[in-house]
Amino acid sequence: MSAPGVTDRNTITIERAFDIEGRSLWTDARRRLVKNKAALTSIIVLSIIALMAIAVPFVWPYGYADIDYGNIACAPDWWPGVDVTCRAGGYHIFGMDQNGRDLFIRVLYGARVSLAVGVVATLVSLLIGVTYGAVAGFVGGRLDELMMRFVDVLYSLPFIFFVIILMVVFNQNFFLLFVAIGAVEWLTMARIVRGQTLSIKQKEFIEAARAAGVGTFANIRHHVIPNVLGPVVVYVTLTIPTVILAESFLSFLGLGVQDPLTSWGVLIADGKDHMETAPWMLIFPALFMAVTLFCFNFIGDGLRDALDPKDR
Amino acid sequence: MWPYAIRRVLGAVPTLFIIIALTFFMMHIAPGGPFDAQRHLPPEIEHNVRAAYNLDKPVWEQFALYLGNLLHGDLGPSYKNHDFTVTQLIAVGLPVSARLGFSAIILAIVLGISLGTIAALNQNKATDYGVMGLAMIGITIPTFVTAPVLALIFGIYGLHFFGYDFFLPAGGWNGGALANMILPVTVLALPQIAIISRLVRGSMVEVLRSNYVRTARAKGLPNHIVIFRHALRAALLPVVSYLGPAIAGLLTGSLIVETIFGIPGIGRYFVEGAINRDYTLVMGVVICYAAFVILLNLVADILYALLDPRVRFA
Repeated sequence: MSAPGVTDRNTITIERAFDIEGRSLWTDARRRLVKNKAALTSIIVLSIIALMAIAVPFVWPYGYADIDYGNIACAPDWWPGVDVTCRAGGYHIFGMDQNGRDLFIRVLYGARVSLAVGVVATLVSLLIGVTYGAVAGFVGGRLDELMMRFVDVLYSLPFIFFVIILMVVFNQNFFLLFVAIGAVEWLTMARIVRGQTLSIKQKEFIEAARAAGVGTFANIRHHVIPNVLGPVVVYVTLTIPTVILAESFLSFLGLGVQDPLTSWGVLIADGKDHMETAPWMLIFPALFMAVTLFCFNFIGDGLRDALDPKDR
Repeated sequence: MWPYAIRRVLGAVPTLFIIIALTFFMMHIAPGGPFDAQRHLPPEIEHNVRAAYNLDKPVWEQFALYLGNLLHGDLGPSYKNHDFTVTQLIAVGLPVSARLGFSAIILAIVLGISLGTIAALNQNKATDYGVMGLAMIGITIPTFVTAPVLALIFGIYGLHFFGYDFFLPAGGWNGGALANMILPVTVLALPQIAIISRLVRGSMVEVLRSNYVRTARAKGLPNHIVIFRHALRAALLPVVSYLGPAIAGLLTGSLIVETIFGIPGIGRYFVEGAINRDYTLVMGVVICYAAFVILLNLVADILYALLDPRVRFA
């Protein structure tokens, strides 16, 4: 319980601080990120893809599972090749797949699945990795050694094999896909956070907090984690594409999402089987996926430059 | 060095044990066994089949039996490829996979280092941007896209020069003929070339600015000696420590490449085995891969210490 006077004084100081335009690490970083053309373009492109994935299925005339038997594997109207067997007509701007389904809407549903898996699995890895790394680094000593040795052991496991086995064992449960991939990806995050925590632990403000009687976990939550967020944010933007790749890899092998639901990996696998007669089935999903992965990588690079104090 | 190596090898034993235990129990808590999907057998026969494969015993006992056999180098019979033991299957597949992976890693190292060095020497010029742009493409476009696309271009459409047609086989192994190896090795090596060239460029740029390189130049040493003898040696350190993850990446890639190009290596066994619930085959392949990763990580660590005199064997 603090005296009312103290609270008042704090409020005043905070208000005053807002009057002066602050240049915190984050405002600075945002300014520099916006200046970075590649990163800014990537953010815009990615937003467009995400918005399309969310909104277009509501207004598009075809569903992702609607089958048109008259138009199996037909080319879009504008396709330049002359030797295509048939043209789809209508609004099938990306052509049709091998079952006569509209490819455009399927690519967008693939985007939904891939992006959702990417974000959710990354959040899972973030939660595990940050907690684990911060606790190991902050507590230190025996516990730290034990925890990081465990990470080392897991590191040397060929993890994709475990994900594959998991997917087989539990019959391609969609929910499990998130958990399995997230549980694989937290290791690097834990190492990064631990390293950062070790250096932050030495700072005076932590010592001050400890002297003021702040407990270990409160200290980690209020003082350590906010200060390790920089490298973590960078790593998150680089983890999302890795996760999207992992999911597509599983789907490509037939172990991910199941028909009629789709993901970019499934679409690419189908496209590969029909690439001689219907190359659009390979090109469009591959293009969407490549562009998305590009964007995330550019944003990650941009963030790293923006948050790197050495560049100031 | 030797005490360090021996300690590391001993340290790998618990890791291997964890891998074996995890895989074993994961496969055994799976709903549905390897003999479920087929037509129903009379109960007596089914009982005999299960007894023959020790599947009627408690899981713990099965695990103990498996470990015991493993110590004698016996990976058990394959559940699905009848009349073959897992050891026999791996003995057929491993040389193929090893040859594929080894060629890919050599290609990746050679090309990656050359491209990275070239980019670093032309920092912020068109060559640099070109190489790094290609590297970005190599990193972001996954193996399962490059494999079919390259197979389509070189295997099916073919290349046409001066009235001649050049075709590469789009699949098959043919006993490891050079023509059959070109496409899979390229596809497998591409992402690693990209990553290694980025690593080399980054560290080379930094090393070229360092004091000892300036000293070497000030001494009047010719450019190529400064680059190859002084700078490159230090710039290669990140590559050596990347070798561990690179090998893991190659293994993952080999699952895809072997499946797409129809190469009879152990990666394809793994995918087929996992889908068919061929427990023993999957276990065998995982153990094999894990042992490989651990061994090569050890080699990478020793190489690192040999290259960098600041690192001591601790």
